[in-house]
Amino acid sequence: MADPMKIRANAIGDSTEVKVLMSHEMETGQRKDAQGKTIPAWFIQNVQVMHNDKVVLAAQWGPAIAKNPFVSFKFKGGAKGDKVKITWTDNHDETRTDEVVIA
Amino acid sequence: MDAGRRHALKRGGGVTLLALIAAAGWWKPGDAFAAEWNKSAFDTHSLDETMKALGGSAPVPSKDIAFFSTPDIAENGAVVPIGITSQVPNTQSIAILVEKNPNMLAAVFDIPAGTEPSLSTRIKMGQTSNVFALVKADGKYYMASKEIKVTLGGCGG
Repeated sequence: MADPMKIRANAIGDSTEVKVLMSHEMETGQRKDAQGKTIPAWFIQNVQVMHNDKVVLAAQWGPAIAKNPFVSFKFKGGAKGDKVKITWTDNHDETRTDEVVIA
Repeated sequence: MDAGRRHALKRGGGVTLLALIAAAGWWKPGDAFAAEWNKSAFDTHSLDETMKALGGSAPVPSKDIAFFSTPDIAENGAVVPIGITSQVPNTQSIAILVEKNPNMLAAVFDIPAGTEPSLSTRIKMGQTSNVFALVKADGKYYMASKEIKVTLGGCGG
């Protein structure tokens, strides 16, 4: 199981700012190990951010997203105490979901 | 043996299982994760190919798309901060493309109504290259580009 995401969601005016740091190798499939063997690609492909039951951001990623991916964005609405839930799925079908309360 | 039929049967079985789980209330349809990944788009090497895989026409350069918190020179290509804001009305998605990476497309972010068409993330760059911000709005594509110089590559090694 992958390490938990670090998520911060802050209400600013009538919007909510979400910042997330995921823990993932994001191996490109381009690198070689000491024996010269290619290290297979291992990266997050899909990310979905939900506010209550509404999708506020959906993403498809390639291996060119940096290791331990970071994303920051804002959506309208969201009150203190609401939940923001983030899910990612990688190319090994591993998935992780974390949620945080808007502060 | 008809392989297609077997496959269809298997898939049918999977759907039934999901339906059962949904009925049991363990799995809400609202949680359905659209785990759709456009493999062909992430496998492209030129802007034309990428646009074809995304199903769009050639993007129009737009002054309404801006980069923010994005360096002119990245010391470490493995972690390059990229911020993109789109003022194009009805922005539906923002994609990040790196011209000289092994595969051009880095990410596609779908922006539902109510979400600001502005986000930042960090990407990898193999070498100095143009980075394109591709915005889809009202079904049309717009883009802006910025050259980022990389002093140490983030791919290979």
